[in-house]
Amino acid sequence: MIEIEGITKRYDATTVVDEVSMLIEPRTIAVIVGTSGSGKTTLLRMINRLVEPTSGVIKLDGADNRSLPGYELRRSIGYAIQGHGLFPHRTVAQNIATVPVLLGWDKARIKARVEELMTLYQLDLEAFGPRYPHELSGGQQQRVGVARALAAEPNVLLMDEPFGALDPIIRNKAQEDLLAIQKRFGTTIILVTHDMEEAVHMGDKIAVMDAGKLVQYAKPAEILAKPASAFVETLVGASEKPFRLLSLGRVRDAVETGTAEGEAILDDASQRDALAELLWSGRPALPAKGADGKPLGRVTVDGLVKRAARPA
Amino acid sequence: MQVMTVRFDKLGVVIAAIIAYAAFAAPFATFRANRIVPGEARSILDSLPAAVGPLLLAILVIAAIIALLKTPLVLRLAASVIALAALAILIGVAGSFLTPEGNTFARISPASGFWLLIFAFTLLLADVLTRLNLSPWARLGGLVIAALAIGLLLASGSWNSLSILKEYANRADSFWAEGSKHVTLALGSLAAAVVVGLPLGILCHRVDKFRAGVLNVLNIIQTIPSIALFGLLIAPLGWVATHVPGAAALGIRGIGAAPAFLALFLYSLLPVVANTVVGLAGVPRAANDAARGMGMTDRQRLFGVEFPLAFPVILTGIRIVLVQNIGLATIAALIGGGGFGVFVFQGVGQTAMDLVLLGAVPTVAMAFAAAIILDAVIEMTATKRRVETA
Repeated sequence: MIEIEGITKRYDATTVVDEVSMLIEPRTIAVIVGTSGSGKTTLLRMINRLVEPTSGVIKLDGADNRSLPGYELRRSIGYAIQGHGLFPHRTVAQNIATVPVLLGWDKARIKARVEELMTLYQLDLEAFGPRYPHELSGGQQQRVGVARALAAEPNVLLMDEPFGALDPIIRNKAQEDLLAIQKRFGTTIILVTHDMEEAVHMGDKIAVMDAGKLVQYAKPAEILAKPASAFVETLVGASEKPFRLLSLGRVRDAVETGTAEGEAILDDASQRDALAELLWSGRPALPAKGADGKPLGRVTVDGLVKRAARPA
Repeated sequence: MQVMTVRFDKLGVVIAAIIAYAAFAAPFATFRANRIVPGEARSILDSLPAAVGPLLLAILVIAAIIALLKTPLVLRLAASVIALAALAILIGVAGSFLTPEGNTFARISPASGFWLLIFAFTLLLADVLTRLNLSPWARLGGLVIAALAIGLLLASGSWNSLSILKEYANRADSFWAEGSKHVTLALGSLAAAVVVGLPLGILCHRVDKFRAGVLNVLNIIQTIPSIALFGLLIAPLGWVATHVPGAAALGIRGIGAAPAFLALFLYSLLPVVANTVVGLAGVPRAANDAARGMGMTDRQRLFGVEFPLAFPVILTGIRIVLVQNIGLATIAALIGGGGFGVFVFQGVGQTAMDLVLLGAVPTVAMAFAAAIILDAVIEMTATKRRVETA
């Protein structure tokens, strides 16, 4: 659990982060959204003390994060940034091994961990291990960046626009990978982004920041349904709201009894994808199936449209 | 229909023109009755035995044609190497041929035509080597081969009748003594500049306020003419020698090697410090941020990330300093600091150009070799450390 209590950062006269308090539950993803200059990155960097707060306290599992020297604290927290920050003079394997080496793990353990992570990230050990970062594609570099951040099995992972430099298709894949890995390791992730779509997709909770202040901190559905201010409303995007709301739900939650013609949709797909498919193919209903191929019923345009309406 | 056309190589036109002038209009060797009287010019045909002169001319003409036209690189390489080798061997032959039997006062030296030919073919060779885009190891190999070839010619004694080697024969002992002083001055001041300049550069990188001040002072030092700097150092070093116990015993005096060393050291600082600052500033921000974010201490970040990434740029600074110091160390002789400059200034004083060459030629050769070696090393370190582009 991460407790942020009344944290403030001032540079001379300008207040970058202003009295922010929030609580991040263990094994969840909290996404901090805001425009540039909103203080979201500064807030993130105060958690691992790359930036020292002017006032306030941050506690990790109950312990003040100032109880350790900064560099030791940072070794226990994963850190992944936009542009990945891979070390150009070190191979992929050496890059991933950075924190384990700093922690003084023995060689066998480091090797085993690097292998595990590279396998997890679908990077062939023989082919990619000895390569240098500039020989990798953007998507591969990003994967190495996250693998490096997770190398020492941290409980907490801080990510600053980790998908910012990726093209849309690779970004989607990277987001899915991260969600899968978060589930697998139960890592608490704090992710900074300016992209509300990403926030709604990734976050268990979303923190919206504006001019250093925490404007709203709530579940995605609540942010969409009851934006706390005009700023949040703008950030959500008025015309996008119903679709974002739908994208939070799975097909299995919208299944009605009955049958329909045509190719079935997986129950794990988002309701937004189901609606898009219905609208595009001009059909009123679509059969739904489970991962095992078993028919479950159908989803209808009418049913989905009701779900896209503002929750009461 | 394909028409046979003759296409000219742009640089080749210049090279061929130089060769034509040097081979047919300029003197190949100079004959002097003794080492300080003005010389008499001798053409290629006059300087070489009957059959050899036309042979050399033929080689030069063919090589010039190869240079002039667009020809394969291998052919141009062969032409330049063969022409240079022929010139190197035949200037020795000219020395023996022109020296009257049993005359030890006569001096035969290469004349303007010879030097122009060497220049022209070196230019051709350099152009070919650039176009071949050789690997660092191949360049070092080429340097070793050239050095061995020159060493072999020297050892064989075929150049012994040339004036510059006659000057050498009279000063063999002092040549090597001054040579080692020269190298000690150049390398020693470089080493001192690296030892002081690297930490200073790191400090300048870390502390903004420091940077402008330090770099400005070093810039000002760089603009002081070397002779003026020697003069400026005489008083403070003289004071140190008389007032600091043990300083004089270490060889610190107002004149001699100490001020020369100090001046070279001061000149070396700017390139070392400036390149360290530039190199460290060029480390990708994201890499630095990631290093900090993952829990490296400042020290670990400096030695593990910043320094390795800045290394090629710092080496470039060291290359500048080394080549500059080998040349500048010549001036040290002015204030009794020794080095090859001793021969240069003696030669100027005696109007004996051969003696000037005895000091200048090894200096140029060393600077040239140092540049090739360090360029190769820089390229080798840089290839592995290419900065990420994505």
